[in-house]
Amino acid sequence: MPEVVVDVMPKPEVLDAQGQAVADALARLGVSGISTVQQGKRFALQVSGELDAQQRQRIEHAAATLLCNPVIEQYQVHFPSAGDPQ
Amino acid sequence: MNGARIGVVTFPGTLDDVDAARAVSAAGGQPVSLWHAQADLHGVDAVILPGGFSYGDYLRAGAIARFAPVMQEVISAAQQGMPVLGICNGFQVLCEAHLLPGALTRNAGQRFCCRDQGLRIENTSTAWTQAYHLGQQIVIPVKNGEGRYTADAATLAQLEGQGQIVARYIAEGTDHTQGEALGGNPNGSAGDIAGICNPTGTIVGLMPHPEHAIDPLTGPGADGLGFFTSVLHSLVTTR
Repeated sequence: MPEVVVDVMPKPEVLDAQGQAVADALARLGVSGISTVQQGKRFALQVSGELDAQQRQRIEHAAATLLCNPVIEQYQVHFPSAGDPQ
Repeated sequence: MNGARIGVVTFPGTLDDVDAARAVSAAGGQPVSLWHAQADLHGVDAVILPGGFSYGDYLRAGAIARFAPVMQEVISAAQQGMPVLGICNGFQVLCEAHLLPGALTRNAGQRFCCRDQGLRIENTSTAWTQAYHLGQQIVIPVKNGEGRYTADAATLAQLEGQGQIVARYIAEGTDHTQGEALGGNPNGSAGDIAGICNPTGTIVGLMPHPEHAIDPLTGPGADGLGFFTSVLHSLVTTR
């Protein structure tokens, strides 16, 4: 079953309060040399039918409207390439 | 307008629908419960999207609610001029539905903030703020974890330039239980923005909670009641 992965990350110019909190905790853990942390989301979509052009378009639409809020976030859709194990 | 019918939407996870309905009654209106799964506004004259955590705030606050069946009706009626007030989570839903620009993100202090809050009313021509006078300072509760208003520079400039900022956070007033001086911007919101409206002033989004301040018995005062009397008045004058 083909899997499509959608990564959603906060836009760099938007303050990522959660990422900031993680960065602060890293410092307390003693992990140095990390300047910033961005926290995002990863969606793994199992496609039950064929992953044709129309389905790819639907998934792009879903990413742009539901999975990501384009005001504060940006997304990347990763479709499986031909050589990937299904 | 005595007896105007104001819809109050309940999503799974909504908390403040009962207080919102009570505020409508206190203002002289007739609250009508609207259920998220029904694509039916029951002929109401205006709609309130109350606070809470619709759909558990899954994905993003307001993101799932925006696709609820009732919201398709709210969106289409709002686009035709029906007054809509989104409070807290309701404001987040209005932004997710693109009825208002921008977004509400996690508080800069990374903490949920719940306290009495001073506001200054910046626009008294909206359907929901006509009962106030320009520059009026009020105290109502604020309670949110994701209330920091953000938008790109062009959008913020447009909101400022066209008078679409309805209320701003101010460090004025005293806490009604402790008597202590109140703080200013509680969440790092751009331009101290607490509420905005669409260009025609029919759709208002507000982070703090006027419905929790309609009676000194249960809140900091009755400063919030004006939002509900305003819409009843505006329904009379627009007919």
